[in-house]
Amino acid sequence: MKILICITHVPDTTSKIQFTDNNTKLDKNGVQFIIGPYDDYALARAVELKEQLNATLTVLNVGEAETEPTLRKALAIGADDAIRVNAFPKDSQFVAEQIAAIAKQNNYDLIMMGRESIDFNGGMVHGMVGELLGIPSISPVMKLEIEGDKVKMAREIEGGKEYLEAKLPLVAGCQEPIAEWKIPNMRGIMSARTKPLTVVEPASQNVATEVINFQLPPAKGTVKLVDKDNVAELVRLLKNEAKVL
Amino acid sequence: MSILVYIEQAEGSIKKTSLEAVSFARALADKTNGGEVVAVALGTVSEAELSHVGAAGASKVFHVEDSKLDAGVIQAHAEAVAQVYQKVGSKTLVMAKSSLGDAVAARLAIKLDAALVSNVVELPETDNGYTVKRSIYTGKAFAQTSVTKEHKILAIRKNAVDLKTDGAKASVEKVSLQIPDTNFATKITSTDKATGEILLPEADIVVSGGRGMKGPENWGMIEDLAKELGAATGCSKPVSDIGWRPHHEHVGQTGVKVAPTLYIAVGISGAIQHLAGVNSSKFIVVINKDPEAPFFKAADYGIVGDAFEVLPKLTEAVKAIK
Ligand SMILES: Cc1cc2nc3c(=O)[nH]c(=O)nc-3n(C[C@H](O)[C@H](O)[C@H](O)COP(=O)(O)OP(=O)(O)OC[C@H]3O[C@@H](n4cnc5c(N)ncnc54)[C@H](O)[C@@H]3O)c2cc1C
Repeated sequence: MKILICITHVPDTTSKIQFTDNNTKLDKNGVQFIIGPYDDYALARAVELKEQLNATLTVLNVGEAETEPTLRKALAIGADDAIRVNAFPKDSQFVAEQIAAIAKQNNYDLIMMGRESIDFNGGMVHGMVGELLGIPSISPVMKLEIEGDKVKMAREIEGGKEYLEAKLPLVAGCQEPIAEWKIPNMRGIMSARTKPLTVVEPASQNVATEVINFQLPPAKGTVKLVDKDNVAELVRLLKNEAKVL
Repeated sequence: MSILVYIEQAEGSIKKTSLEAVSFARALADKTNGGEVVAVALGTVSEAELSHVGAAGASKVFHVEDSKLDAGVIQAHAEAVAQVYQKVGSKTLVMAKSSLGDAVAARLAIKLDAALVSNVVELPETDNGYTVKRSIYTGKAFAQTSVTKEHKILAIRKNAVDLKTDGAKASVEKVSLQIPDTNFATKITSTDKATGEILLPEADIVVSGGRGMKGPENWGMIEDLAKELGAATGCSKPVSDIGWRPHHEHVGQTGVKVAPTLYIAVGISGAIQHLAGVNSSKFIVVINKDPEAPFFKAADYGIVGDAFEVLPKLTEAVKAIK
């Protein structure tokens, strides 16, 4: 059983987002980068599957050299080897094509990733990879069990979930509560240093979109406080001022 | 040149977010070539329900009335929409962001060799090239994105455009398609879904509770207010983690991102990860007993007070204006 886990290298969820170079680049000053939280769920579930099914886990990132510490962290959590496609992840299609190219060479049984990255929130790479490889893609997956070549999943839908069955190979875009995030232990961190990390060049250069510039939302005004003993005033404001009731 | 809209249904009714997508397409057509807006609906839906799509701005609905498409099988829906898109000869597909919509859109982008832009918040600029504004960093920023492909798919966020309700009835044309069986390889075995509830991603008003609500037994107060307002209920992550509320109500960075007209947060501290899921709301009301709670900085209106005292009074006050 071979599992590929695709991870993003994204600003920590507490980061203040700012831009530089005439609003064309993220200001990385003071920003800490992490494995995308959804990708982290996918990785955590993959580590559980590894224990259960004796699977091998390859972790993949499309990114420049700066993302290697993030890949090493995934190795410390439990992946066996890592691949970095040496390119700035220009857009979803670009990233999906790189993943599909690697997958075609290695015949993974299961490809897992987060339901979306937390920088661009596109939520489309898993579906694109599935279509490029001609295999099912399911997202957002909140439960995933493997029995033989059968995969039983729960997928979140508006107002609940649906239960699915499919056969390997497939692509899963994951989210909680598929597994609990795993924190690397000392042994993991030590062994991650010597696990193989292969760097490959991109297989194609196609893109579908290009960011021209970034913008920040307008600053919020100050809050209007209403006394707790005068709740009717809040309703009046919502009705007459905000006009939302 | 017509714009095609993929509309979703739930239990035979067209989703409100899909109707918004139709209105978005209508406004886009008016802004560009003035062409037609046509929609595609899959599975069992009544003809009367489909003709209502006209009010939102579509002139015609292609109805693929195949009961195998009642369930949201991702590959099959993508294949069906791709076939209708090609039949129409459209160059733009518009849809609402949703659990199924996102999954289908991604496969369509490859099938149709189209550029997919998701989280679209307003009509594209088409005077000089084609650029689309989308929400990124979970609502903390926007990216003006240029699209170079001839075929485009726009997945729009709630409230990107006002819903139009004055259009004429749409005509309905039945189409039957040949969808290869391989597209049905994934089987949906059952669904576990709240019925009769207003769904979080569709709601205009959301009442959300945090750990300050102390326990699941106190959610009646949240539900009473929500009922009075016609609102959906939401919660913070720890609340769904502990199992006080189901996961699909979890709002924020790692949960549902909402963009309602009004978001009422009760007993939620306003951690940055929670704010990320709600900062696209038009108005935010915060009820918290701690005047220093960070949520007040992101709020339009607030009450510093104990939720257990304020909530019943608020529900009464809403009743009083009806
Ligand atoms: C990677 C990551 C992702 C995350 N994603 C999310 C996410 O998607 N969504 C999310 O919500 N969180 C998320 N979190 C967690 C987040 O950081 C906070 O821990 C969480 O939002 C806190 O939930 P809370 O406000 O309900 O609880 P608390 O922080 O415990 O706040 C409870 C609040 O209730 C108030 N209160 C207490 N009693 C009363 C009373 N009687 N009346 C009125 N007010 C009262 C308190 O003053 C306090 O402000 C994430 C964290 C991480 C690290």
